[in-house]
Amino acid sequence: MAPLIQANALAQSFGARTIFRDVSFEVAEGEIFVILGGSGCGKSVLMRQIVGLQPPSSGHVAVFGQDIYAPASDVRSKIGVMFQSGALFGAMTLLENVMLPLEMLSDLPPAARRAVAQVKLGLVGLTDAAGRMPAEISGGMAKRAAIARAMALDPPLLLLDEPSAGLDPITSAGLDRLILDLRHDLGITVVVVTHELASILAIADRCIMLDAAAAGVIATGDPRKLAEDSDNPTVAAFFNRQTLAVAAR
Amino acid sequence: MPSAAPDPTSDAKSLVLPFADQLDVAAAARLWVETQQAAHAGRDRALVFDLAAVTGCDTSGATLLLEAERSHGGTTTIIGANDGVAAVIALVRTATIAPKAPQAVPETDWRELPRAAIAAIGDELAFAGEVVVALIRVPARHRMLRMEDLLRAADEAGVKAIPLVLLLGALIGLILAFQSLVPMRRFGADIYVANLVSLSLMRELGPLLTAMVLAGRSGSAFAAEIGTMKINQELDALNTMGVDTVTMLVLPRLLAVMFVMPVLTVLMDFAGLFGMTMVLTGFGIPPIVVSHQVAAAVVPLDFTGGLFKASLFGAAVAAIGCRSGLATGVGPRAVGQAATRAVVGGIVATVVLDGALAVLFNRLGW
Repeated sequence: MAPLIQANALAQSFGARTIFRDVSFEVAEGEIFVILGGSGCGKSVLMRQIVGLQPPSSGHVAVFGQDIYAPASDVRSKIGVMFQSGALFGAMTLLENVMLPLEMLSDLPPAARRAVAQVKLGLVGLTDAAGRMPAEISGGMAKRAAIARAMALDPPLLLLDEPSAGLDPITSAGLDRLILDLRHDLGITVVVVTHELASILAIADRCIMLDAAAAGVIATGDPRKLAEDSDNPTVAAFFNRQTLAVAAR
Repeated sequence: MPSAAPDPTSDAKSLVLPFADQLDVAAAARLWVETQQAAHAGRDRALVFDLAAVTGCDTSGATLLLEAERSHGGTTTIIGANDGVAAVIALVRTATIAPKAPQAVPETDWRELPRAAIAAIGDELAFAGEVVVALIRVPARHRMLRMEDLLRAADEAGVKAIPLVLLLGALIGLILAFQSLVPMRRFGADIYVANLVSLSLMRELGPLLTAMVLAGRSGSAFAAEIGTMKINQELDALNTMGVDTVTMLVLPRLLAVMFVMPVLTVLMDFAGLFGMTMVLTGFGIPPIVVSHQVAAAVVPLDFTGGLFKASLFGAAVAAIGCRSGLATGVGPRAVGQAATRAVVGGIVATVVLDGALAVLFNRLGW
């Protein structure tokens, strides 16, 4: 089966500053794929490249076999994206936020849009908050509402930028569970950008690790294996192996 | 592949709605009305969803079925669903637990309105008090009143408003002179147009129109700037540092505007006189005659009284703009609402103050 995402030799520079170069990877259908790395290594830039918001300086990215930057590409409607800030429309209730893509991009009648949006909010546990404004909810609720909006059109591919950032461990674990449920129950392929170690180990099937100093990929594979036996000192440090070793002594 | 339309088959006891292919958002959109109507119409029988030919289902498709189940309101059965489809339906079923009833919105008690109005006036007076206290305490907090903020506010509210003020002043003088010249000429009083326009400009229109310009340009800008700072929690940061926000944010704007308003008013007055002179000259009255008429009509108190008013109007507009910014609520609309409040409040306060000063000046014999 052809991969859902195929990134080939992606590079990004801003002026003379190279963020990363020669980044290649594939994401298979039904996979939870994590892009990880420290702050400033270009994780979010890579995600923006995948969803068609940041044309790469060089390289090529195909989603569902199509070039996402091709003028006639209709791939974007098959992708749901949750941005780091949630990017909820502050002047709309949560229900209206989720209804918006249904209103813009589907032929569902108004009653159906409302019902479908309610279901999406129910899936992320926000049924009772449907009428609240984004300014009235917590950070964790905003992230969940943003996921509900990203799922509004039942896209087969979901990209989540730092879903756990700034959340307490319990809320973060709840989001991890939600991501696993989405994959298990709905068969959605999920790409997650994160540097939260607990989340990575909980949800990732495979990962790619970027490093700012190397300006590119320093590790790929199963994060649990990388955590155990990677020789790369940055990877080892990232997975706390050294810290854990000190703690064990 | 799209889902086929349900083709109901029924007997006396049951209504069977068969579906086929993909039950996705596109199929849900196409089949929604038809399915709900069929389910509603079959309320006297058991409803059966035949999903044997359905190959896949997303949450929108599952919502279609569960909403039809709700429309039907009676016994429903799903037959022939494969494991994937059944799992999605089960998932959506758990997500469609009815939300709690929304809290009743309290009805408006009109008797509360006077109390609310008094409270609002009280808030404004309290803010005025805070400003006065901040002014008194400036010597002790002089580091919080930054000169660069004051100069920047003077530049924004004053220097950058000069072209607009000159243009408006010239046009107002021109229009006033032209509109009054035509009827006054019938009575041979056209020379007195200079008296009429110059007095109107110096005493009333100059300060009033300059204050309107200020409210539109700077009052709204103050509200938006401070409102955005509040939303970004910059005000909280200042407060936790122990910095008095009134001293740091309100006083520079207030003082800058009180300083630039008389200057702008002088420019508005002279631009208006220039416009008037252009019209009168066009109608054959030489500029030297116009200037003599103006000198005879306007006494220094008219001019200085106008400048005093201008400074007072400026203080009101700036204070209301800053107050609106500090009272900004939450959400993206809040800054826009604060800016609107600043402009409307500034204009209303200017006109009210003008009326009060007219009475006061009259009593004082000015």
